[in-house]
Amino acid sequence: MTAETQSLARAQLAEAARLRALFEARGALPVEAAILQPADLLLDLYGEDIRARAFTTQDPLRGERMLRPDFTVPVVQMHMAEGAAPARYCYAGPVFRRQEDDPDRATEYLQAGFEIFDATNPALSDAEVFATLAEALRPLQLRVATGDIGILIAAVRGLNTSDRRKAALLRHLWRPKRFRALLDRYGSAAQAKHRRKLLERADPFANAGPEIGLRSRAEVEARLDALRADAAEPPIAANEVELLDDLMALQEKAPAALNLLQDMAVDLPAISPAVQALERRLTALQDFGVDVESLDFEASYGRTSMEYYDGFVFGFYAEGRPDLPPVATGGRYDALTRVLGQGSSIPAVGGVIRPDLVLLLGGGT
Amino acid sequence: MTLKLGVPSKGRLMEKTFDWFGAHGIDMGRAGSEREYSGAVDGIEGCDLVLLSAGEIPRELAAGRIHMGVTGSDLVREKLPVWDSQVTEMAAMGFGHADLVIAVPDHWVDVETLDDLDAACAAFRARHGFRLRIATKYHRLIRTYLRTHGVADYQLVDSQGATEGTVRNETAEAVADITSTGETLRANHLRMLSDGPVHRSQATLFQSLTAPWDDCALAAKEQIKARLDLLD
Repeated sequence: MTAETQSLARAQLAEAARLRALFEARGALPVEAAILQPADLLLDLYGEDIRARAFTTQDPLRGERMLRPDFTVPVVQMHMAEGAAPARYCYAGPVFRRQEDDPDRATEYLQAGFEIFDATNPALSDAEVFATLAEALRPLQLRVATGDIGILIAAVRGLNTSDRRKAALLRHLWRPKRFRALLDRYGSAAQAKHRRKLLERADPFANAGPEIGLRSRAEVEARLDALRADAAEPPIAANEVELLDDLMALQEKAPAALNLLQDMAVDLPAISPAVQALERRLTALQDFGVDVESLDFEASYGRTSMEYYDGFVFGFYAEGRPDLPPVATGGRYDALTRVLGQGSSIPAVGGVIRPDLVLLLGGGT
Repeated sequence: MTLKLGVPSKGRLMEKTFDWFGAHGIDMGRAGSEREYSGAVDGIEGCDLVLLSAGEIPRELAAGRIHMGVTGSDLVREKLPVWDSQVTEMAAMGFGHADLVIAVPDHWVDVETLDDLDAACAAFRARHGFRLRIATKYHRLIRTYLRTHGVADYQLVDSQGATEGTVRNETAEAVADITSTGETLRANHLRMLSDGPVHRSQATLFQSLTAPWDDCALAAKEQIKARLDLLD
């Protein structure tokens, strides 16, 4: 390293420590996490795509390991292993990301993070995490994006259709293209030709090859049954699809967005609890001094990011620098605590800041 | 410096490469004995032939150790991240055709498209407790393809050979491999998805964007391009 990169690295560490101290001042306990994480857990959570984003390495005794791509998963694991009582944590350290498509993006950078595990008042916790990060980033005058995956989930659950279709839509909520294709299919009475022909056949297995491999004939038959049941189901009503489309396209200042969502909840009562949660969050944000009037709300925000967020989501972006990744991101991940909690769960919300980007944009001290 | 032209060092791919250049008035052949891995180019001034394994040619092009090279378009896409920022295609050579396809057991009558595969993956994971395994050596191409098409709940397992046998051996549930006629797939009771191949590959002449292109190498390239009718 040259003297210049040495001093930059030191400045980034100092900025990470400063941010962590801000979180500590809000009562968070500083924690560490191992850099080498077991790969199977991350693969289970994120699927094969994580291999394109995280570095995988082989340990001769422990098997496949990954260089931690974030702190959230190990921190949630630690918290759940210790009984899931209310707690708040902060951390600062390097994370590692493979960059297959963009050689200009960093493969190793610092993250400073703040996480709150607390069931008492989720709206208050959401607001506290957001306001703490916003305050730390205030001098940078960043563009802020917010959304709420919980409203989308509630809207899908509220559709008048089978549980199987709802589960399929929810599974692909984070893959907008496939979600769209599924919604179009469920909203139409027409069947794809290949599928219609398959279901019309007297013996679908005529001329099929022998049963080989682990996926058994019984599993194939189970799916054929599911396809038959699906074909017999009426399409999702056009007005429901339209309502969901309007909801996903919603982009407004937060107070106007809340009004529109309250209107939509008249026709889509299933979203009412989630919309009320948004209202409580906006009130709490205001109490924390956030200018809610000018806050942007985008109903589909966060749908293409890592798929553990299931409520409030937010990101801070440098205006006029579309080449840069977000300076800070965060959100609520109640479901992740359930997945990692082996039976127990606790509402949780957190966010991270990238000290390198804070310095690059002229912030920090 | 002389222009270094990398070509496959053995087999039909080497012979067809020599034939193809020969048909364009560029004679190349092995120097010395059959077993010696060095070659010569007649008719182009300042051009050295480098005989390499086809699988190593993408890496050598990206490192700039050869200026031009002949290899499969599938290998370049698999081995080089952001491949088109490191090499460019000069000519598709019209041989070495092979399709990279995803294939499933023929008895999976419910799976014809990627859409079906995705649904089968979800059900398989719920039933077996692990993600449906696809055996392949084309990890990057298949992962990118499945991500683009929104397929989830699968895993790639590495298979460097006899990939079509992995399903019967129950080390994978499906395969992703290169096929030219589909014969081996059929013989192993596998059927490709109807969405079409992941990639249609053929032998391709590439040029490196990272090699040192000095006047001498550029002059040799112009001569080759003239013979190949590739002049702008």
